[in-house]
Amino acid sequence: MKSSRTLLAAATLTLAGTASFAQAANEVNIYSYRQAFLIQPLLEEFSKETGIQVNLVTGDKGLLERLEHEGRNSPADILLTAEVGPLYDATQKGLVSAVQSDVLNESIPQHYRDPEGRWFGLTARSRIIYASKDRVQDGEIKTYEELADPKWKGRICTRSGKHTYNLSLIASMIAHHDEAYAEQWLEDLKANLARKPQGNDRAQVKAVKEGVCDLALGNSYYFGKMLTNEEQPEQKEWAQSVNLVFPNQDDRGAHMNISGAAVTQHAPNRDNAIKLIEFLAAEKAQKIYAEVNSEFPVRPGTPNSALIEEYMGNFKGDEISLSELGPLRATASRLVDKVGFDN
Amino acid sequence: MKAGTATLAYSPPRQPRPRLAGWYTAAWGIALMVALPVLAVFYLALFPDENIWVHLASTVLPVYVITTLELIIGVALLSILAGVGSAWLVTMYSFPGKRLFEWALLLPFAVPAYVIAYVYTDLLEFAGPVQGALRALFGWQSARDYWFPEIRSLGGAILMLSLVLYPYIYLLTRAAFLEQSVSLRDASRLLGCTAWQSFYRVSLPIARPAIAVGVSLVAMETINDFGTVDYFAVKSLTAGIYDTWLNMYNLGGAAQIASLMLVFVVILITLERMARAQQRQFHSADRFSTLQPTRLTGAAALAASTFCLLPVLCGFIVPFSLLSWYASSYLDQLWSEDFISYASHSFTLSLGAAVLSIVLAVILAYAKRLYSEKRALLFAVRFSSLGYAMPGAVLALGVIIPLAAFDNAVDDFMRRTFDVSTGLLLSGTTFAIILAYVVRFLAVSNGAVDSSLSKVTPSMDMAARSLGHSASQTLLKVHLPLIRGGLMTALLVVFVDCMKELPATLILRPFNYDTLATFVYQYASDEMLERSALAALLIVLVGVLPVILLSRSITATRRQNNG
Repeated sequence: MKSSRTLLAAATLTLAGTASFAQAANEVNIYSYRQAFLIQPLLEEFSKETGIQVNLVTGDKGLLERLEHEGRNSPADILLTAEVGPLYDATQKGLVSAVQSDVLNESIPQHYRDPEGRWFGLTARSRIIYASKDRVQDGEIKTYEELADPKWKGRICTRSGKHTYNLSLIASMIAHHDEAYAEQWLEDLKANLARKPQGNDRAQVKAVKEGVCDLALGNSYYFGKMLTNEEQPEQKEWAQSVNLVFPNQDDRGAHMNISGAAVTQHAPNRDNAIKLIEFLAAEKAQKIYAEVNSEFPVRPGTPNSALIEEYMGNFKGDEISLSELGPLRATASRLVDKVGFDN
Repeated sequence: MKAGTATLAYSPPRQPRPRLAGWYTAAWGIALMVALPVLAVFYLALFPDENIWVHLASTVLPVYVITTLELIIGVALLSILAGVGSAWLVTMYSFPGKRLFEWALLLPFAVPAYVIAYVYTDLLEFAGPVQGALRALFGWQSARDYWFPEIRSLGGAILMLSLVLYPYIYLLTRAAFLEQSVSLRDASRLLGCTAWQSFYRVSLPIARPAIAVGVSLVAMETINDFGTVDYFAVKSLTAGIYDTWLNMYNLGGAAQIASLMLVFVVILITLERMARAQQRQFHSADRFSTLQPTRLTGAAALAASTFCLLPVLCGFIVPFSLLSWYASSYLDQLWSEDFISYASHSFTLSLGAAVLSIVLAVILAYAKRLYSEKRALLFAVRFSSLGYAMPGAVLALGVIIPLAAFDNAVDDFMRRTFDVSTGLLLSGTTFAIILAYVVRFLAVSNGAVDSSLSKVTPSMDMAARSLGHSASQTLLKVHLPLIRGGLMTALLVVFVDCMKELPATLILRPFNYDTLATFVYQYASDEMLERSALAALLIVLVGVLPVILLSRSITATRRQNNG
């Protein structure tokens, strides 16, 4: 039994050695809902310029709750998210704090930030319609509302209605019309689906290429990611099989969402946190976002990447305040259940 | 073989000794510590943001419940077929490849469910090679020209989960078959049973506790799976939990569904226990006669080989080959020094958690044996296994809550008394991850250790104790050597399980800390399987080596004893 005792001792030592004390250093700590590989280049650039070390934990859920329960001792300074949902949730729970920064207020348009400065959008994306080049004529579909038209029966693909990107779109339908309208729209859209909602946004475009459907809902940046995909060149073909339709250009504009950031309530390195968010909203970082990930810079006047310029050009984005959509997302989720969208 | 509890249970000494009280206290301490995260989730359930049940019941609840039941039953049946069937074949018969299959049948266990789901989607979807070849062969143009089974479906999920979960049943059942007295089977054959009858009427009932433990592990893994059902858009209760939590901002409601799911699991386990309450069995030490496997020839041999080959082929060879192919095509882009640190993180965490789980499981099982009349302790030990049926991310919250509360209480006290802030001592450290692993997988080590220990006849305890050994000495000198094989099995299973664990690791990890699983997830979640192939392959490889080694050592114990 000697060996098992040694093992036990080793395990105990490992445990004891891992408890690390919070230390005051020139650093900034991030809890991030965005994947590391999407933001790493920017964070490295920030460290290089400022000498501030960036520490990162990423995850797709639960980080907000971790922040909440760690309370005033939490090491986290910044909450970084891939969409507005968790930012709204964090604001409701009082986990993030207001920041008064002229730099941020000037860089970021009003509808992309919290009126009280508790969160800031850093990049924007549009939820657009991908239409088959072969089977859908130019101008045949122009609005989200038209997706409910029976002429598209069996011709539309989308990921789960419960996915946050779709919930956000449905929330905007509720905001621009009302709940009853949104429910009917969702039910009619459901009736038009070519298959049960599944896969991610790229998979829908792929399905258009494969002839499973003619229209697909998807975020705009996926187009750039597919068109420039050297590792899986077949994705270029998917992208080339579709036209991009930015809906509702004659009225409110295409639905927009953001990735964003907030400074936590008890941030131990608050100044560094604000510095980092300001860095991410500055032109240099905004350009990197656009080039690497084909997202739209939120900062007005940032030059678009060549790809965005060529394929997405100038379009009208919906300027409804995202803080208005936050509370409607739960309603949207219930509508999805009610019409059995995913069943 | 049948006997009442009263006569067999070891009766406590008339004068209580401090040493025994130690076992009792330790068991309670462990059970409570492990129960804390589950209790924390129950606590969350007390504070729903609003009542979700009205909405759920009128909309998707029936779908969730029925889908979950179908999923569990499907996976359980398929896993029993593959697991028990192959265990029986490799133990009782010799046929081409048998020696290989003995350990190869365990290999799919090293493949994480989320990885196999990605692999088969890549292979079987429209753009994949299988349908591509069919189209080329028959000249079909688009997906509207033909029918092909949809991998992203309930059936697909059942198949994927069964392929990676059946090894639980295989492992435990094979160990049980190996431990069974040969003379019993010989006797049954002498008394006129056919081979099938001997299997059905003697071996199977004796192996039933092991099979039951295996099936309950499989069922709980199935219930808490999110990766596969999410990817395949299967609406199970776990999908509903995450939806309520993340989309409806109602963590309390989500905790209620999770708690209800646990109740469901408890009912299942209790029913099974009641069903075999009548048959307690112990082995006398007569397993030493040589097991002579029947030699199969011709069609029977071919059938046996095929039966064992299928799960290995689909559950391991296919995904392993595809991952290797991806990894080798992109090796120069993928390889970095960081992989060594990811692998060493995975390895250390998993080994630490596995050893700890076994030690705790032995203490629990032995305390149960010493105090079999204490119903409350029995209940506490069983309760401590419940973490296994909880979705990983929910369990992670259950770990965060008590740890953060502890950290903040210590900090408060230190600030008040010494004006020093200690900050977070345990939260956000690898300790939190190891605790989550132990809570999650204690059910596995408990099951394996418990079923081994329960087969050691109480007369062993009586003999050792009457010869002057203390309870601890008896455990160390008599029981542990006897259940060595069971301990090894438990260690291996928990280790591999920890290597694959994803959701809790993601949420609980320290800053700038990656394991192989979190690295796989980073890219796989964006459907970039090629990029995560190397890390996925490493998980499988790190998992495979101990699987092979330990499987061989289990077989070796048997052969040595035979010799």
